[in-house]
Amino acid sequence: MKIVLRNLTKRFPNRNKKEGGFVTAVNNFDFEIPDGKLVGLLGPSGCGKSTALNLISGLEKPTEGKIFFGEDDVTGLPPEKRGVGLVFQNYALYPHLTVRQNILFPLQNLRGTERPSKEKMEELALEAARMVQIEAYMERRPSELSGGQQQRVAIARALVKRPRVLLLDEPLSNLDARLRLQTREEIRRIQRETGITTIFVTHDQEEAMSICDLIVVMKDGMEQQIGAPQEVYDRPVNLFVAKFLGTPAVSVFEGEVREEKLYIGGNIPVLDVPGVADRPVTAAIRPEGFVPDTVGTLFCVLNRIEIMGRDTSVIATNSHCLNELNTLRAIVDTEEIDEGRMPGSNIISFRLKPNKTHLFDPVTEERIPFGAVPAAAKKTAVPAAAKKTTAPHLPDPVTEERIPFGKELSEKKKSVKHHEG
Amino acid sequence: MKDNNWKAWLYLLPALAFLGLFMVYPLVDVLVYSFEEGYNSASQTYFGTGLYNYSYVLHDPYFLQALKNTFILVIITVPLSTGLALLISLALNAIKPLKQLFQTIYFLPYVTNTLAVGLVFMILFKPTPYSDGLVNALIHVFGGNTVDFIDGPYWAKMFVLCFYTVWIVLPFKILILTSSLASVNEDYYKAARVDATPKWRIFTRITLPMIAPMIFYLVITGFIGAFKAYADAVALFGTDLNAAGMNTIVGYVYDMLYGDSGGYPSYAAAAALILFAIVLTITVINLMIRRKLTR
Repeated sequence: MKIVLRNLTKRFPNRNKKEGGFVTAVNNFDFEIPDGKLVGLLGPSGCGKSTALNLISGLEKPTEGKIFFGEDDVTGLPPEKRGVGLVFQNYALYPHLTVRQNILFPLQNLRGTERPSKEKMEELALEAARMVQIEAYMERRPSELSGGQQQRVAIARALVKRPRVLLLDEPLSNLDARLRLQTREEIRRIQRETGITTIFVTHDQEEAMSICDLIVVMKDGMEQQIGAPQEVYDRPVNLFVAKFLGTPAVSVFEGEVREEKLYIGGNIPVLDVPGVADRPVTAAIRPEGFVPDTVGTLFCVLNRIEIMGRDTSVIATNSHCLNELNTLRAIVDTEEIDEGRMPGSNIISFRLKPNKTHLFDPVTEERIPFGAVPAAAKKTAVPAAAKKTTAPHLPDPVTEERIPFGKELSEKKKSVKHHEG
Repeated sequence: MKDNNWKAWLYLLPALAFLGLFMVYPLVDVLVYSFEEGYNSASQTYFGTGLYNYSYVLHDPYFLQALKNTFILVIITVPLSTGLALLISLALNAIKPLKQLFQTIYFLPYVTNTLAVGLVFMILFKPTPYSDGLVNALIHVFGGNTVDFIDGPYWAKMFVLCFYTVWIVLPFKILILTSSLASVNEDYYKAARVDATPKWRIFTRITLPMIAPMIFYLVITGFIGAFKAYADAVALFGTDLNAAGMNTIVGYVYDMLYGDSGGYPSYAAAAALILFAIVLTITVINLMIRRKLTR
């Protein structure tokens, strides 16, 4: 079911009555959600995501604008007539009912010809339970289930009536980190299998990026950008979107464009930006956009290096960096770090990847596009990746202990010898 | 840890001493009195031991009247007051404007002085040389005859007593129920709305089970409170409740101790223990029903 929002606006009266006026939670939403897609409504806390979801579900009435499901105008319809399934952040499972009774609950509300026979209801409930793989716990109470299992029951309850649209409000925020990863894959799978247009609200950009077909980035009730996650990541329309997507976040610099070259402090250009007129700009650079290189021209003071499993982060300072404490964070190849370091000093120089550097107007914060990615930059990027030699791991199949090999083995022997000596 | 146990007992000692002196000892004493025949508190003597006191009390027409009165009172007022409180709380929970005002109004009887309440009931029910009371005035409007609610027929007096009891216990029950209704998570109702749940089903399948523990609490305390009724009857009918035929079990116990026919602590003790047995039985039944329903 395609969902179309037309100039959708929701204003609440200001809570502080003395001040009067209104708070606009959703401001002029005007976009389409294609049929059968998994869509993430993404934004920081209090940006109106949940209100937008409540408007689509019908729990809130819009101040202005219209909502269409397919060709039907559902703006005036109460939630029960819209055919939506809603999963709450705290699941809202009825604690005094068993899993089976919880899933049956929406079916038992049906009246007249819509109401299936008892056997049919049981069948539908079991089917929904199988879909979320909870059928082994049908006679349990919600309090006897883990958070992830409760989540599944809530989804099964929302699915059992075969809704046209499935809405999930922060579905993963009450789960621990490991379960969150697992459950989001689960949501992806369920959505694929049912083909139901699904909208879920989240403030976690990683969650949205990982499973969504489409993300809608929101700020202060305004839709900022809609697109496939990678597209939004690669081409953020404004500084807010650039900052909001990606962990670690972009590093922001004040800069200037002169003769189609980007300057960040000093008189040495750091990047070619063909097609941009001379002007001051704000540059946002993804952590993976920094490449330590002797020919690099962005000079920073190296603070420290953090190695966390597969990632190596360089934390450095540059006086033109607008991040907190002028500190930027770059994710680099371990082998490359030394290439950028000036011998005998703590200065590190970076070359910038043009496709990871975004320019914005310092005032409007809108994106300033610049020319095609220079071929030279691409070439140098390839060998850097090829250079990566991560040693594979060979655990013993039974004990699952590490079996050292190659270089590691000779190192180990050395240390053993050392002990003997 | 065991070596330190004496310390724990030391800390508990003050509480245990007071409880023992003022709770356990009197209770045991009452039990002992109830088996001592013809106990005289002045001379501290008695004739013998046995079940005579119980037999006397159970054959005393005044006690049987008190027992009947108490049971009628309990059976009428507990369900009625709980049901009314639930209805009023639901209404209070449903309205938005003036909610605070109504809550305050419904809570007023709880903080009102007993004598003031007595005055209100006098205006409502008591015939005086100048008027027949407000309720009788109303009855006249509808073409009925004057009913003497204070000195008249038994049903009229029982009606006033029940009315008074319900009125006096309502505020507390409303307070408890409105707060427990307000504590039900809004999301349950939202989920129910999205699932097109009819209103009555929301009430029976969601609201009621959610506040069931509080209802059970109110029913149990309501039973206990109604069985202990005494002061209300005195406020309405004066101290000579036997003459009015409106005595309650606790009233009977009091009369046996200090009333005009008093001076019989053994009978009082026996009556008190009978009351205890009744309350215990009812409470156990209540708890059993509760366990069955909430499983």
